[in-house]
Amino acid sequence: MQANLKVRRFNPGEPGAQPRFQEYSIDVHPDSTILDALIQVREEVDGTLALRCSCRASICGSCGMRVNGRARLVCKTRVEHLAPNGEQLTIEPMGNQRVVKDLVVSLDTFFNQIKRITPYMQPDKEPEHGEFIASNESMTNLLTAMNCIMCGCCVSDCTVLEVDPNFIGPAALAKAWRFTEDPRDSKRNERLNALNNEAGGIWDCTRCMQCVEVCPKEVAPMERIMEMRDAAIEAGNTNTSGYRHTESMYNSVKKHGRLDETRLAIDSAGWTNVPRMLDLAPIGFKALLRGKMPPILPHKAEDKQKIKDIYEKVEGERK
Amino acid sequence: MKYAFYPGCVARGGAPELYDSAVAVMKRLGIEWEELTKAACTGAGLLQEKNRKLGDALNIRTLAMAEQKGLDVLVICSTCQGVMSQANHAVQRDPEYLAEINKVLADEGLEYKGTTQVKHLLWVAIEDIGVEKLKGTFTKQLDGVKLAPFYGCYMVRPSAALGFAANPDRDTSLEIAIEAVGGEVFDFPGKTACCGFPILFINQRNSLRMVSNHTGAASDGGADAMVTPCPLCHLNLDGYQPKARKQNRGDKADMPIIHLPQLLGLAMGMSEKELGLQRHIVSTKEIVRKVDLITAR
Ligand code: SF4
Ligand code: SF4
Repeated sequence: MQANLKVRRFNPGEPGAQPRFQEYSIDVHPDSTILDALIQVREEVDGTLALRCSCRASICGSCGMRVNGRARLVCKTRVEHLAPNGEQLTIEPMGNQRVVKDLVVSLDTFFNQIKRITPYMQPDKEPEHGEFIASNESMTNLLTAMNCIMCGCCVSDCTVLEVDPNFIGPAALAKAWRFTEDPRDSKRNERLNALNNEAGGIWDCTRCMQCVEVCPKEVAPMERIMEMRDAAIEAGNTNTSGYRHTESMYNSVKKHGRLDETRLAIDSAGWTNVPRMLDLAPIGFKALLRGKMPPILPHKAEDKQKIKDIYEKVEGERK
Repeated sequence: MKYAFYPGCVARGGAPELYDSAVAVMKRLGIEWEELTKAACTGAGLLQEKNRKLGDALNIRTLAMAEQKGLDVLVICSTCQGVMSQANHAVQRDPEYLAEINKVLADEGLEYKGTTQVKHLLWVAIEDIGVEKLKGTFTKQLDGVKLAPFYGCYMVRPSAALGFAANPDRDTSLEIAIEAVGGEVFDFPGKTACCGFPILFINQRNSLRMVSNHTGAASDGGADAMVTPCPLCHLNLDGYQPKARKQNRGDKADMPIIHLPQLLGLAMGMSEKELGLQRHIVSTKEIVRKVDLITAR
């Protein structure tokens, strides 16, 4: 079958070089992956094309690239699947990471993020019998995050990293969760407190689900981040706008069955945070003039007692 | 064609023009509905952060109420769509979990069997009504109007919960709608990105950078407006655009953020007032004028 590839080329090492697209049209085996096609281009058409791969079986995590705007392991993606009728495939290097050449990005960004979360176990004692004994459940629980092959796809497409390179990022935060949940680690609270307080920590994730969608190993970093938010609150961290934001929503739905937008904004800022209040005021005022200010008294669901009952039931179970 | 209508909190709060325009458009489309007035807020993913099961129970309750009426749920918000679809997906693939949730709902005499579908007006328009019939309700062809699609995260991810495999058109549903009204699509990578609303009150700097990047890209590309099926995206992209653009690009907010029903309404020949277009923070005057100049068929 025909594979039509439009590949982003860029060699920063060449003086004056600018990124450009180059098109290749080749005949590939119907079972070809996009990686097979790119290797074929390099071997048969254009030896100057740079790409990185190793295992070719979605184990090593080396061949993360953007295909039609979305990060994927190209060894795990077949040409036929995305372009059954020879549609053009746009292949670019991953995002949010520095391009070394063509489709190869530097691993520095990724590993600098990993380093920030102290990526090793910190036990507080020597094991009694030469090894630590951990329960089966506690280890299977960690499997989701331990499946990470460090391919960087989630980092590539994270919408927060796009605007804030200081964000710790999805892969490293999933890794952090792996240690906060490991019964052999003794620094759970210290880890949670740091991730709660640090700029670029757990509260900066915008819950866009890109990392969940693109991860080839179902690590679901966002879910791990949400678990750590909850764990950080339980560990006593109630000093963040994020905490107040969630609480406000939780209480609004409990009380009215509905979201109370006015309260949400004010509660999140904190009632005593005067600068933030003043900051919210002009926008509220403009909205009021246009007749679209959220009602001061929120719209209520009928029969809201039923909603409260559900709260009490489910909350009772958790205790 | 009858649905259980779940308008969502924002259409009843911060974006009342969405409710009004949706209802007006639904009438023209020949849709019948019963509004689910007893339903709770979906929790917008925020409640789920604190207690997933509680969020799921509240949403399954809503789906069970629709199931009792034998109706699918019609929503007008990407976030409502996504959060309800996720809850639905969770119980549909795990009968034990469904039984657990049903236990919580039993007091109210509700039991969910798992048959309700949740559909945004956008999907109803192109899937249930169909593009050809939809076009039949339009009196204007928006020739020369360039529109940037902006989906909202929950409308596109996670794709497994949203039935993308069975309904491949959902991947480009907004573009299909824009083309149906005769507009030109301004395609840009930001269309499926985050608008920044979830962190607006947590990290405003980052949130406004997102607003500025997306609306700025649409301006640079010559779009006349941005169209969104999500009122939360609207609140951020419209309400905070002046501040975001000033802070990050040093320019003026010039990108009107149109709700999906407002777009359909414009093509149906409805007036600015009927659609609440005068209620936006970023002025919609230019696009309204442009559409006014197009003669009706
Ligand atoms: S959900 Fe959070 S961590 Fe994941 S891609 Fe989005 S912003 Fe990044
Ligand atoms: S979490 Fe998933 S996408 Fe991110 S680096 Fe690990 S395997 Fe890759």
